[in-house]
Amino acid sequence: MAATKTGVDIAAAMITHPTAAADWLLVAPVLLCMVGGATTLILRKNVRIQPLVGISLLALLVLTNLGLFAHVWQNGVVTMVMGQWLPPFGIAFTADALGVTLALIASIVGLLAGIYAAGSIAASERRYGFYPFLFMLLCGVSGAFLTGDIFNLYVWFEVLLISSFGLLVLGNTTLQIDGALKYALLNLIGTTLFLIATGLLYGLLGTLNMADIALKSRALGDSGPLLGISALYFLAFAMKAAAFPVNFWLPASYHTPRIVVSALFAGLLTKVGVYALLRVLVLLLPAGHNWMHGLITVVAIVTMLTGVLGALAQADVRRTIGYLVISGIGSMLAGIAVGSEVALTGAIMYAVHSILAMTALFLIFGITGKDRGTFNLRELGGMYRRAPLLSAATLILLFAAVGLPPFSGFWPKVLLVDGALAAGQGWLAGTILLASILTAITVGRIWIFAFWRGGPEGIADGTQGVETGPEAMPLQVPFTAWLPLAVLIAMIFWLGLQPEGLMQLAETGAHTLLDPTAYVQSVFGVTP
Amino acid sequence: METILAITVGAFFAASIYLMLSRKLVRVLMGIAILGNAVNLLIFTSGRLLREVPPIIPAHAYVPEAITANPLPQALVLTAIVISFSFFAFFLVLGYRAYQELGTDDMLEMRVAEPVNEPEPPLGY
Repeated sequence: MAATKTGVDIAAAMITHPTAAADWLLVAPVLLCMVGGATTLILRKNVRIQPLVGISLLALLVLTNLGLFAHVWQNGVVTMVMGQWLPPFGIAFTADALGVTLALIASIVGLLAGIYAAGSIAASERRYGFYPFLFMLLCGVSGAFLTGDIFNLYVWFEVLLISSFGLLVLGNTTLQIDGALKYALLNLIGTTLFLIATGLLYGLLGTLNMADIALKSRALGDSGPLLGISALYFLAFAMKAAAFPVNFWLPASYHTPRIVVSALFAGLLTKVGVYALLRVLVLLLPAGHNWMHGLITVVAIVTMLTGVLGALAQADVRRTIGYLVISGIGSMLAGIAVGSEVALTGAIMYAVHSILAMTALFLIFGITGKDRGTFNLRELGGMYRRAPLLSAATLILLFAAVGLPPFSGFWPKVLLVDGALAAGQGWLAGTILLASILTAITVGRIWIFAFWRGGPEGIADGTQGVETGPEAMPLQVPFTAWLPLAVLIAMIFWLGLQPEGLMQLAETGAHTLLDPTAYVQSVFGVTP
Repeated sequence: METILAITVGAFFAASIYLMLSRKLVRVLMGIAILGNAVNLLIFTSGRLLREVPPIIPAHAYVPEAITANPLPQALVLTAIVISFSFFAFFLVLGYRAYQELGTDDMLEMRVAEPVNEPEPPLGY
């Protein structure tokens, strides 16, 4: 053996056996997204075949994520290392319950958005690359959820950021350019802060592997530089997650792009920031998390309240939903602020719920907005008479956004309030409930004005509104629009009625974050 | 050597933040470019510096025979340079398009997405 000759044990640094077939599942979602992006880019001039190929590949992505999900469900945390270099030298992909759950939900939302886009994105915009951007966005999102290396996480952030720029300006209107400029500048500064913190963390600990950082930061305890780096990470990810006071890019830009793009962004992008906060603050830097506990609580409270008050003050439905996304981020931050297993479980469940509900809300108002040509609450109205089923669906989604049973928003809020009360933080629990009540007022107003009343402003209630013309006809909802909505609403219903499965998953995820033994063991193969 | 570079990094950050606080888009973009370089220098410095000792392992050995320069920060910086360069290229185009569409490079006057006199929501039922 060469190893004995030189006195160096190569087996400690390199893999000497081939990677097991099941481990390839870990990188499969990312690889598939890259293949999908390349294929749809090649087919960009063939605007009829491109959506079909894109949707098939997205369906395959969901199946792959299901496979990975089953793998993690059976074996616990799994790790794959790149290029035969063992951690902490090589880049590792590590999937735990939190990562795979979010990756699976993200791919489902991606598939549904792909279907919706087939009916709503103009051929010229498909030619400019809607599907390739969608695939690269999902590539960045899946990579961020599955990676076990902090610099690699930064790279995935940049991948999803540049593809979100592409999606945002697709359509090239003045409104979009204005929104994209603010979104792009502030998000780039946010990810640059992330990179700064990562550089400093590497200088302090000499490692980039997440499991290794988790061990070394715990051994280091309350060191000043570590706390400073934690604060920098909190600022960077709070910017990505749109937490107050660094959230003004979101209401400035989320109402500008095509509605399916808004739906994707509202569903996925801010949640990647929340995921990174969970991963970095709770798993990697618990000392910083404890130290900033009070700050995170204040940020969570202010984010919840400013979010929902902002939503109350908007006339544009899309901007209202944008503010509701922010308010939801506040609830997730509340879970992170409390930091107990129950509260973190609530935060993870809320992230899943928020992905589904916010995407579906944007898609619904895409249908009414396309029909009426407006998103202004004053000019909408009369939808209940023309589309009773769609109105009922909207009511379900709005109730879910408030957190009423029996929909998916109820259980996360129960857990968050329970966790906050158990930790003796009555103010936080009270704010969560107050924000829910204000959300109920906001969404109630949306439904009353856009659906229930007879017609746009100026038409008295009880009258028929517009009697003639296309606006009196029943609303035709195309297949590509109602199918994604039906799936999302079914999931929201199911997660409200049968929350045990998701709760167990989120609990496992929260447990892995608080106690990194399983995570570290999966990466290094030994108990620390 | 690290001290000198640390001061340089600080100066870079100061310059870039000063530029990014400006109302003029062009200055903000210049601030972004300097910010990218400041971060690259920061990563380079945090990997500790050593002069001209390439991390090459001789053919007969499995580990370097002496202390070498740290190659990892250079790999990180290379990645970050590629990313910040491509982003800057995108920003230049986006900034120019914004100037064409909006007719101004003053950030305070870019109010198309969020108009100054936004319509109020319905105030009663």
